[in-house]
Amino acid sequence: MSFLAAADAIDKGDTAWVLMSAALVMLMTPGLAFFYGGLVRKKNVLSILMQCFIILCLISIQWVTFGYSLAFGPDKGGLIGGLDFAFLRGVGGAPNNDYAPGIPHQAFMIYQAMFAVITPALILGALAERMKFSAFCVFSLLWATLVYDPVAHWVWGVGGFLRGWGALDFAGGTVVHVNAGMAALAVALALGPRLGYPHQMSPPHNLPFAVLGAGLLWFGWFGFNAGSALGSGALAANAFVVTHVAAAAAGVTWAILDTTFTKAPTALGMITGVVAGLVAITPASGFVGLGGALAIGVGAAALPYFAVAFLKSRLGYDDTLDAFGVHGVGGIWGSLATGLFASKEINPAGADGLFAGGGFKLLGIQAATTGLTIAFAFVASYALLLVVKAFMGLRVSEHEERVGLDLTQHREAGYTLVD
Amino acid sequence: MKLIVAVIQPDRLTDVLEKLEKNEIHLVTVSHVLGRGRQKGVAAVYRGHHEAGSLLKKVRLEIAVNDAYVKPTIESITAGARTGQIGDGKVFILDLQECIRIRTGETGGTAIG
Repeated sequence: MSFLAAADAIDKGDTAWVLMSAALVMLMTPGLAFFYGGLVRKKNVLSILMQCFIILCLISIQWVTFGYSLAFGPDKGGLIGGLDFAFLRGVGGAPNNDYAPGIPHQAFMIYQAMFAVITPALILGALAERMKFSAFCVFSLLWATLVYDPVAHWVWGVGGFLRGWGALDFAGGTVVHVNAGMAALAVALALGPRLGYPHQMSPPHNLPFAVLGAGLLWFGWFGFNAGSALGSGALAANAFVVTHVAAAAAGVTWAILDTTFTKAPTALGMITGVVAGLVAITPASGFVGLGGALAIGVGAAALPYFAVAFLKSRLGYDDTLDAFGVHGVGGIWGSLATGLFASKEINPAGADGLFAGGGFKLLGIQAATTGLTIAFAFVASYALLLVVKAFMGLRVSEHEERVGLDLTQHREAGYTLVD
Repeated sequence: MKLIVAVIQPDRLTDVLEKLEKNEIHLVTVSHVLGRGRQKGVAAVYRGHHEAGSLLKKVRLEIAVNDAYVKPTIESITAGARTGQIGDGKVFILDLQECIRIRTGETGGTAIG
């Protein structure tokens, strides 16, 4: 189909917003690189930046060749998309009315590409400072293909079985955050803790980097959530507002928790809260109003706070940068909270949650969907890691880990001591 | 000739430099160092976890002087760096065998000043 033939059906405002949102979401992966990069030790900073950027490259290629088709191609049994859209066959200027009427199919595809990119990038917070770069690349590609693409199809694909249940996930609470968070827990367990963990760990090497990264994430998240309206109208505006409010509420809440438990509000704590708030509002952003946003934000700080400050040390796993603690726990809270606060007044295409007079029906559906995602993501990720381990090993040698991944995996140093 | 090495609190550096300047001691090398003494540092907290036993940031001064300047140098450092709190730092004095100014090739006491 030619691009010109489709021009009549295209809404210019919607298209502009979705393309802009795609660019905003793209920026989240470099933002994540700095968020994570600032938190590791000096000798590993480049490995984090490199892992984020190689995912941006690898998964983009995976997506346009077959990943998009697996997620959004014509349904096969509710489980996976067919390969009709492989190599973007038929994905052109005309809208795909199943997903995004009024904007070019290509715009929807590239917008979704940025989600496919950032989701495996989130996982790397749990494997930082000890995984082989080669194994990381292979695992990420396999994970995108065998975990992300199917789950995206189940929840978002027309015919996907979770979508059929009536689960609400506006911008990726289960598909992106619960999914990546559970994979993060799997990889933290499969790799084992870093040398010297937890007693000999150096503090984050550059917290200003982490704050910069959090700022970029917050900025990009408007594309993530408000862009998921796939148009530039009232729904996008609502998602934009509740996203901002939840992030703000969570940042303040974490600062208060810090002050309560460790006597001072920390910069790292506040930005962690902000990110957790953004995570939690993601599934709900198209379905809740101001009250829901505030409540979700407060819960999004409280639950991950206890996960990373108390649960992690009790259980002893080394989730280096708290990818599970923030994205997994925050994502689970957000998905369940959608069942509490969703309201048809905000979005008639949604459903009424418990506090909107809808009873326990939606909450039950959200709990079932989330539980299924938790189980599938954890088991499938762990199985993939065992396969990769059998073929190539997962961890660098003890010597390489001591020297740092920058020098041993990339033959570079992030910083020099001489001019 | 003596080499005077002092390890002080970073926030006292500007005071020490000011006192040295007043006593006409202009030549000094300053470096950031990590170390620990008997004092306990301020424990940093990251996502609810206390960092324990880390080295503290200090500043090290190295000053090479002729014998006549040893006393004013020590006085400048102690006056500028003393707060009376534990952790104020230490001053070490070492005999200096030789000193050579690279530009001119001068040696000994004339090369220092």
